[in-house]
Amino acid sequence: MKAITTKVQPEPKKSPLRIWPTFLQQKYLYMMAIPFVLWAFVFNYLPLWGWTMAFQKYKPGKAFFEQKWVGLQYFRELFQDEQFFNALRNTLAMSLMGLLAGFIIPIIFAILLNEVRLQVLKRFVQTVSYLPHFVSWVVAAGIISKMLSTDNGAVNDLLLGLHLISEPIQFMAKGHLFWGIVTASDVWKETGWNTIIYLAAISGIGPELYEAARVDGASRLQQVRHITMPGIRTTIIILLIMSIGHLISIGFEKQFLLGNNLVRDYSQTLDLYALNYGLGMGRFSFGTAINIFNSVVSVILLFVANGIFKKITKESII
Amino acid sequence: MLSKKLAAAPWSDRIFDLVVYVAITVVTIATLYPFLNVLAISFNDSMDSIKGGITIFPRVFTFKNYETIFAYSGLMTGLKISILRTIIGTILGLISASMLAFTLSRVDFQARKFVSTFLALTMYVSGGLIPIYILIKNLHMMGTFGVYVLPTLVSAFNVFVIRSFIDGLPYALQESAKLDGANDFTIYWRIILPLTKPALATIALFLAVGQWNSWFDTYLYNGSKDELTTLQFELMKVIQSTTTNADNFRGRNMTEVMAQISPESVKMAITIVVTVPILVVYPFLQRYFVKGMTLGSVKS
Repeated sequence: MKAITTKVQPEPKKSPLRIWPTFLQQKYLYMMAIPFVLWAFVFNYLPLWGWTMAFQKYKPGKAFFEQKWVGLQYFRELFQDEQFFNALRNTLAMSLMGLLAGFIIPIIFAILLNEVRLQVLKRFVQTVSYLPHFVSWVVAAGIISKMLSTDNGAVNDLLLGLHLISEPIQFMAKGHLFWGIVTASDVWKETGWNTIIYLAAISGIGPELYEAARVDGASRLQQVRHITMPGIRTTIIILLIMSIGHLISIGFEKQFLLGNNLVRDYSQTLDLYALNYGLGMGRFSFGTAINIFNSVVSVILLFVANGIFKKITKESII
Repeated sequence: MLSKKLAAAPWSDRIFDLVVYVAITVVTIATLYPFLNVLAISFNDSMDSIKGGITIFPRVFTFKNYETIFAYSGLMTGLKISILRTIIGTILGLISASMLAFTLSRVDFQARKFVSTFLALTMYVSGGLIPIYILIKNLHMMGTFGVYVLPTLVSAFNVFVIRSFIDGLPYALQESAKLDGANDFTIYWRIILPLTKPALATIALFLAVGQWNSWFDTYLYNGSKDELTTLQFELMKVIQSTTTNADNFRGRNMTEVMAQISPESVKMAITIVVTVPILVVYPFLQRYFVKGMTLGSVKS
């Protein structure tokens, strides 16, 4: 899709006197935009106002001015809670592992797929690889726990068949395996999907480059190293910065669905912690404090990552 | 033909090819096998399945598992609500995203900068789980169907994807329509919408999959409303009930269902029912979403 922008649109005239006539003239445009501005205000900006809850002893049903203000009490409580640091550790561990695996593996897969010469096979593998992306995490979690189960789970059967283990491993009950399971599940579900963008970038590389390399006697591996890799470098960097921005906001969906009480010490993320304590126990103020902490760290990470990459590569997304 | 090419290649290239094909095969099997295995078990007699050893073909073929789960009322309600929220959510989402995208594509639109910034910020700021929950509660949206479509009505990302598509259309089309006396809404409805079809198809797929796969809003807001349950939520209950945190289980009739056939078969059959619609649709829409993904990611 080459966007040949034939912009012959009139430039807006900057004259304060014209605001009202222009408004009347563009009333349909306003009518199409204003409902959604109001919508965004209610569902995206009003919840930010809810952050004040973290500084109040919030009681549902009371008006804003009747709430009792407690300052930073809930943040102090948060930083004294052992579970909080546990959740922070799990969040960082799982997001770092996810970032690393979820970032490197799609690149490798895209390069491998690009080297498949049989177009029919390539298309088939690609179509298959998207499939898990389209099923919900509920379905994925069900399938994954079936595959990892001790009775007739495919993974245990395979390991037993290869005589790598002598008895089935209870994957879902071992806390220290949980981070790995979440990361592997994520790779299984999203690799194919994340490959799309790299494959598009690779197909944008001029075929004459490969031709020239072949004439010079470069092997296939050398072509990958010296043409494909540099060709997708920009895409890699932009996607890396974007994923670092989301580093800490990994959510709780996978952890909620794959986790259980036996692995709780390893499965509780910050969001899950906010869900369990904030909603589960009705501690709204405390839960909001967790939300705020989470957001602040996300924003800091985004700016730090962007700053570093700006210095190194002169590319930036903000 | 392929073998001839391979024979002519130097040995390092032949090893390279071997690595590529082995890796691709492993990935394909690892992706596909779990689905085929689940499918086979869902069609296999549940008592026989317990013995194990089912791979990708059922051993004792039966429809019993499906008959049992469809006899459970929660599943039919879930199916109905899931279909309804997918259709309504997708249509509303498409209309609102394309409408906003159209206004933002118009350079002469007075409030363009404000609306665009206001919308872009929503991608970076979020109040978080609890403030949103309180908001929904205060709006008296708990236990309503609206909670499925309203809070996620507009996604800034979708708006920007459609806008960059509209930007690629020649403005002269709008101008000539204006000369013919069309107002901005007519231009949107009669000219922009039909021309934006490829972008709309991509966004429609994203919206539909999102709606169909969503379960957390049901869990959070409508968990006690049996008449507003969704398929994903029903599956979630069944899966959670048979793992270790049985305390989360809130279903009523499911225990009766469980008594008739093994829970494993129930899980697998529901999993297939929840997955099939997507399985049927996505290969056909592949060319659209590949295009849309690339367009959206590069532009943003």
